[in-house]
Amino acid sequence: MKSHSSISSAIPDLPRRRFVQGLAAGGVLLGLSPFIMPSRAIGADALNRGTPVLGGTEFDLVIAESPVDFTGRPRMATTINGSIPAPTLRWREGDTITLRVTNKLREATSIHWHGIILPYQMDGVPGISFKGIAPGETFAYRFKVRQSGTYWYHSHSGMQEQTGMYGAIVIEPATREMHMPIREHVIVLSDWTDEDPMRVFAKLKLQGDYYNYNQPTAAGFLRDASRNGLASALDRREMWNQMRMSPTDLADLSAATLTYLMNGTTPAGNWTGLFRQGEQVRLRFINSAANTFYDVRIPGLKLTVVQADGQNVEPVTVDEFRFGPGETYDVMVKPQDDAYTVFAQTMDRTGYARGTLAVREGLTAPVPQTDPAEWLSMTDMMGAMAGGMAGMDHSGMAGMEGMDHGGMDHSMHAMPDGMDMGGGLSAPGTQVRHARTEYGPSTDMRVDMARTNLDDPGIGLRGNGRRVLTLADLHTIGGPLDPRGAEREIELHLTGNMERYAWSLDGLEFGKSTPVHFRHGERLRVILHNDTMMTHPMHLHGMWSELEQDGGGFQARRHTIPVQPAQRISFLASADALGRWAWHCHLLLHMDAGMFREVVVT
Amino acid sequence: MTNDTRVNVLAMAIVGLCAMPVWAQTDPATMMDHGTMDHGTMDHGEMDHGSPPVPQQEMGGMDHGDMNMQGGAAPPDARDPHAWSGGYTLDTGPYVLPGPRTLRLSDEHNFSALLVNQLERSYTSDGNGTAYDAQAWSGRDYDRAVLKAEGEIAGGKLQESRTELLWGHAVATYWDAQLGMRHDGGVDDSRNWLALGVQGLAPYWFEIDAAAYVGEGGSTALRLGAEYELLITQKFVLQPSVEFNLYGKRDPARSIGSGLSDGTAGLRFRYEFTRQFAPYAGIEWAGKFGETADLARAAGEHTREMRRVAGVRFWF
Repeated sequence: MKSHSSISSAIPDLPRRRFVQGLAAGGVLLGLSPFIMPSRAIGADALNRGTPVLGGTEFDLVIAESPVDFTGRPRMATTINGSIPAPTLRWREGDTITLRVTNKLREATSIHWHGIILPYQMDGVPGISFKGIAPGETFAYRFKVRQSGTYWYHSHSGMQEQTGMYGAIVIEPATREMHMPIREHVIVLSDWTDEDPMRVFAKLKLQGDYYNYNQPTAAGFLRDASRNGLASALDRREMWNQMRMSPTDLADLSAATLTYLMNGTTPAGNWTGLFRQGEQVRLRFINSAANTFYDVRIPGLKLTVVQADGQNVEPVTVDEFRFGPGETYDVMVKPQDDAYTVFAQTMDRTGYARGTLAVREGLTAPVPQTDPAEWLSMTDMMGAMAGGMAGMDHSGMAGMEGMDHGGMDHSMHAMPDGMDMGGGLSAPGTQVRHARTEYGPSTDMRVDMARTNLDDPGIGLRGNGRRVLTLADLHTIGGPLDPRGAEREIELHLTGNMERYAWSLDGLEFGKSTPVHFRHGERLRVILHNDTMMTHPMHLHGMWSELEQDGGGFQARRHTIPVQPAQRISFLASADALGRWAWHCHLLLHMDAGMFREVVVT
Repeated sequence: MTNDTRVNVLAMAIVGLCAMPVWAQTDPATMMDHGTMDHGTMDHGEMDHGSPPVPQQEMGGMDHGDMNMQGGAAPPDARDPHAWSGGYTLDTGPYVLPGPRTLRLSDEHNFSALLVNQLERSYTSDGNGTAYDAQAWSGRDYDRAVLKAEGEIAGGKLQESRTELLWGHAVATYWDAQLGMRHDGGVDDSRNWLALGVQGLAPYWFEIDAAAYVGEGGSTALRLGAEYELLITQKFVLQPSVEFNLYGKRDPARSIGSGLSDGTAGLRFRYEFTRQFAPYAGIEWAGKFGETADLARAAGEHTREMRRVAGVRFWF
């Protein structure tokens, strides 16, 4: 947990616009960088301005501090080969690759290959898969590439991921016959803070809503009361105040400390990806942010999602998708105009990352306003208890009057007790069993009747008039990797206490936990039940998480599954990877707070 | 009141205080327990689903069913959080790295903070003074050392002070129990106490700091403090606060009578330049009661006082 002394914890005092938009020329200060372009670089990608691309089977990666300036205040970042994002690595399925990682920092480091199936010793989690890479040391990762698609890599040490250590991995399928029939761009979304991330963490420990400048206020109450009546305004606040929870707690960190980056470029810097009119373009979106959920759209273009977490899905055309740290989506677009804005607003609506797709450099298209921030709803707090409404698509519910909710069938929702429908393990268990450690100081709420539907786009996206991707839209081509049904079922609850800024699983932080044991060779079901009001991208290392439909049946293969507030979802995993693995929420501060488990496969 | 009754009253109050976390935790359940869910009679037709960004579902006014979302005790059949471990631990079992466990996340690191809630000049008809009210802590989420300090300086002298060094242990979602020592200083004879208290957040965001004390020679005391932070805007905060002291036994050397002795009620209006630095101005009413007021009158002092205050709140 060491942090860089050179990263100061100064309070933002810049003119608001410059802070949020960042410096147009922000980024790694190349003139000062100790690195020249590595010899094996296949050149700064003509398609991806700035980010170097490395290919082949042998890679040399050097981790060091580099000076950066995103906001007008120079800072030190931890970088891989001197760039942010780190070089895009191009691998080929079937190759055995060697990656020599040299640590030139004054602290230990590591690299984790996110979503890559490999031996546990190569997974790069210090303290679990190996001992980490000490200062001055070089560690050689070597493994066979057994998959294709869009992935990414990042440090798994301390806060280095927040301070710049992340980059894209693109793996060509072994079977690809012709070379790159279409144009493509890798779009790495991330977030940057000028503060020392550990200092940010310490502030949240003292005040969980430190960075939330969208809190309910007396002024807002008066506005609300005059518009909607006093009773309604009081009603709307009653339960939140009574439970001591915030309806605007959409993100722990906001633009009050973060600058949002697209391919390492600030919104003002306007990363630009080029295309020729009429051609199809593949966009490989990677959420490499430490703490930010992005809602991505390109006004004027339909997005055809063809891949999720590196796995091909049946194409589905949408206007917008939300993704959290760790997730990736590949989308196809067919631009006709000269320029389009790639707009990625944050879930809390305090800012956005932005770039442009254009026929030449220097063009821009209108940048939309961020949507207004919504309050969390009943569904987010209480799941299916919210009047049995959670299972329904609110976007198309204008004409609900007269519906008979009394006759709604709740059997598909997780129930507090004794509602198991029988039938063994063909469907995920519906009996909610909170851990006994969820009844103490580590948790601020428990959901007894979680919602299990996958077709909710989530807070801020419901009924926004755009077609928004949901988990229910994802169908991995080819079905599950393992045709077996679940032989065993385990249940884990996502828990936290916002007031104490403590995050855990089953009410136990990592330090108090024991590993989750997967029996080697078994096919098991994991139920993730979210007892918090935040969305957690849950990332299991080493093995695929095969998401199940509501009520059972294969949905999609993922390495990172976002679990919404008061939601209960399940996935199947094949315990085919011997060793110890990490399993955690990919919001960096949640992970570091202890929302983390070790998995042992034996 | 005889001394015996006073002791009894105090004892009851202490029991009450110590039970507060339990009250605070069970309260939500009571509040939300509206009986069994009845969807048949719920009127969904009146809900407005078509006009975001107004939340599609209002939080209040709905039938929440029989549930308990916060606190409470684990039922006997609650799940064992170690049930999936197969008997392995983080440092035993196959594939574990040699040597002691090195992966330690923030739940196993110490954090420290100092909050100076009030550092202010106070202006009264009798003269001016300086007052401080601060709290520091160091430790982890559920166990920490806590230092509380409160005092008044006037005429270049520390007039009175209360300093407590406590061990704080989380006992409920929003509550810490605190156990330790209290030292009263200032111009009068000093006093030492054993302290047992609770500090936390009551429903509707009231910050409570309450403690019972046992001192030398069978003396007892109670202190109750409460604060609220009303956000007028995102940066203007109105902070009402009250504090009351009770004593089980008179202590003439410190001009304290038995029973309710003194209290303050303040209203401070601050502007948060940052979350960590906020100057404020306000007023504070201070009063002495009962026997303590009698002692003050006998010494020719006022028993009621209105102060204007101006100061700064900061933390790091």
